Amino acid sequence: MDKVKTGGAVYRRLPTGLRYLINTALFALFLITITALADNRVISYSDSKVLMLIAVNIILAVSLNVATGYLGQLPLGHAGFMAVGAYTSALFMRSASAYPGQLMFPLGLILGGLVAALFGLVIGIPALRLKGDYLAIITLGFSEIIRVVILNIDSVLGFKLTFGAASLKNIPTTTTVFNAFLWAGIVCFIIHAMMKSRHGRAILSIRDNEIASESCGISTTFYKTLGFCASAFFAGIAGGLYAGYLGILSPGSFGFMKSIEILVMVVLGGMGSMLGSIIAAVALTALPELLRAFSDYRMVVYSLVLIAMMIFRPEGLMGSYDFSLGGLLERLLNRKSAPLIKEDES
Amino acid sequence: MSRLVPVPSNSFIPERDADKTPILETHHLGIDFGGLTAVSEFNLTMGRTEITGLIGPNGAGKTTVFNLLTNVYKPSRGTILLDGVDTAGKSAAQLCRMGIARTFQNIRLFKDMTVIENVLVGLHHEMDYTLAESILRLPRYWRGEKIARNRAYELLGIFHMEDMADKLAGSLPYGAQRRLEILRALATNPSLLLLDEPAAGMNPSETAELMENIRRIRDTFGIAILLIEHDMNLVMGICEGIAVLNYGKIIAKGTPDEIRSNPEVIEAYLGKRKGG
Repeated sequence: MDKVKTGGAVYRRLPTGLRYLINTALFALFLITITALADNRVISYSDSKVLMLIAVNIILAVSLNVATGYLGQLPLGHAGFMAVGAYTSALFMRSASAYPGQLMFPLGLILGGLVAALFGLVIGIPALRLKGDYLAIITLGFSEIIRVVILNIDSVLGFKLTFGAASLKNIPTTTTVFNAFLWAGIVCFIIHAMMKSRHGRAILSIRDNEIASESCGISTTFYKTLGFCASAFFAGIAGGLYAGYLGILSPGSFGFMKSIEILVMVVLGGMGSMLGSIIAAVALTALPELLRAFSDYRMVVYSLVLIAMMIFRPEGLMGSYDFSLGGLLERLLNRKSAPLIKEDES
Repeated sequence: MSRLVPVPSNSFIPERDADKTPILETHHLGIDFGGLTAVSEFNLTMGRTEITGLIGPNGAGKTTVFNLLTNVYKPSRGTILLDGVDTAGKSAAQLCRMGIARTFQNIRLFKDMTVIENVLVGLHHEMDYTLAESILRLPRYWRGEKIARNRAYELLGIFHMEDMADKLAGSLPYGAQRRLEILRALATNPSLLLLDEPAAGMNPSETAELMENIRRIRDTFGIAILLIEHDMNLVMGICEGIAVLNYGKIIAKGTPDEIRSNPEVIEAYLGKRKGG
């Protein structure tokens, strides 16, 4: 057991390797269980479809959280990046259908993510010069442009590319419960690892005080663009998973309301809390399905839950608290064995 | 206290710095906001290890000078030489990397980050691992983080703030926030530190401690410090050279003793004697 001295006080700390091992083991256990349950039809086919959608929404929420919660901007065009990723990876998968799907799928997702990030770069550079409402409006505008272009590009240019309103069909349905949650896990880890580094701290410092951040030698333009592109990249990956989940894409599913839906998840979970985004994504995806029995009142309950949240916990479910299993274990450890120092409750 | 000696640019610096390039030289620096001239003909030279005070009545343009030096405002006239290099056209971030660090009159901490994270942001350029290395958690990441963290604790030690390391910066008492801001500026490894009213809101004993610490920082880091301050005890106590600013112009420059007896300074602060 490592004992770390921090300013006179001594904590018992788990070795970092052990922390990572515990987290990886638990995640693997979760993946195996949920895959086994889905494969053996313990979870019904339609329920496993909901699970996939949950995984997609988790990625969307945590990726938007990078731009809103961590970078402190308010983009309203997340669905646009998702659409770019979805169409890119769907077209790739259709053309690569001769090869084994499970091998090509990760490639398609990453390609979708990269193209979305490229769009993020092109949109981000002018948009990030603006702040607040203006940024919201310009990103909203860009995402609508993306949707309208996808809708009309075929008839204007005479392509047979996106098939516009007639929908892009026959996309290999390669998304499974297993790979959806695997990618959700990978995305969450990458974002976590990015935020707990000098780059992540630079992004957070811009949120807290841009002028001070600049005066600390942080190139704020670079890090704002980086945060925005990372957000777009992961939205692209979510889009790819969504394409493989549905098997059919139409531009209508990437409208303004989709962006709002994702934003609601982030706000509900608490800006800047990854755990909050995950919980809210799960709840807001599962809730409408669970309430299907009361389908007449479904939207009423859904909106009442949102209103109640805004009244009683306006900072979101988790506020800005982020969960760390290692941290929890350490706290238990320091409590059980006669504490070397008084626990600091603040 | 050391003697001030003349340097070529018609200014004075401490004798011990005389044979080295001045850390800061400004020539005919000025800025207009619309028709209003906020600062004009600002000429200042600072030695490499000098503590200089910039004083003057409210609205004299002191903070504007800081904003000019850190390129927050673009000067309308004049040049700034930092260690002999012209700083025109550089961004505030580039200037910070060239060696100017500052604190703010109204504290600008990263309130939702912990104390140690605030210092680590200042140490950003001390770490050199790339984004990919941090995502893959490669050895360079761990090494860089460890070195930076140790350095951050060392810096916190200057003001005995190690045990506050994991508190949110916004939750600290006012005095501690001011001290943390100085530490964050020091973390960027500056050669010139600009302090904007470091003692504002501190009680006399805290101010006395701060004075001691400012001098200690200068001695251990061997840097130049330019400070704006209204607390005359502090200014007269630690500054080797003082520049007095009024209506955007330097009305007097010199040692504390010279400034104290300068009639123009007394007039700027207290007004003209009636019928005198």
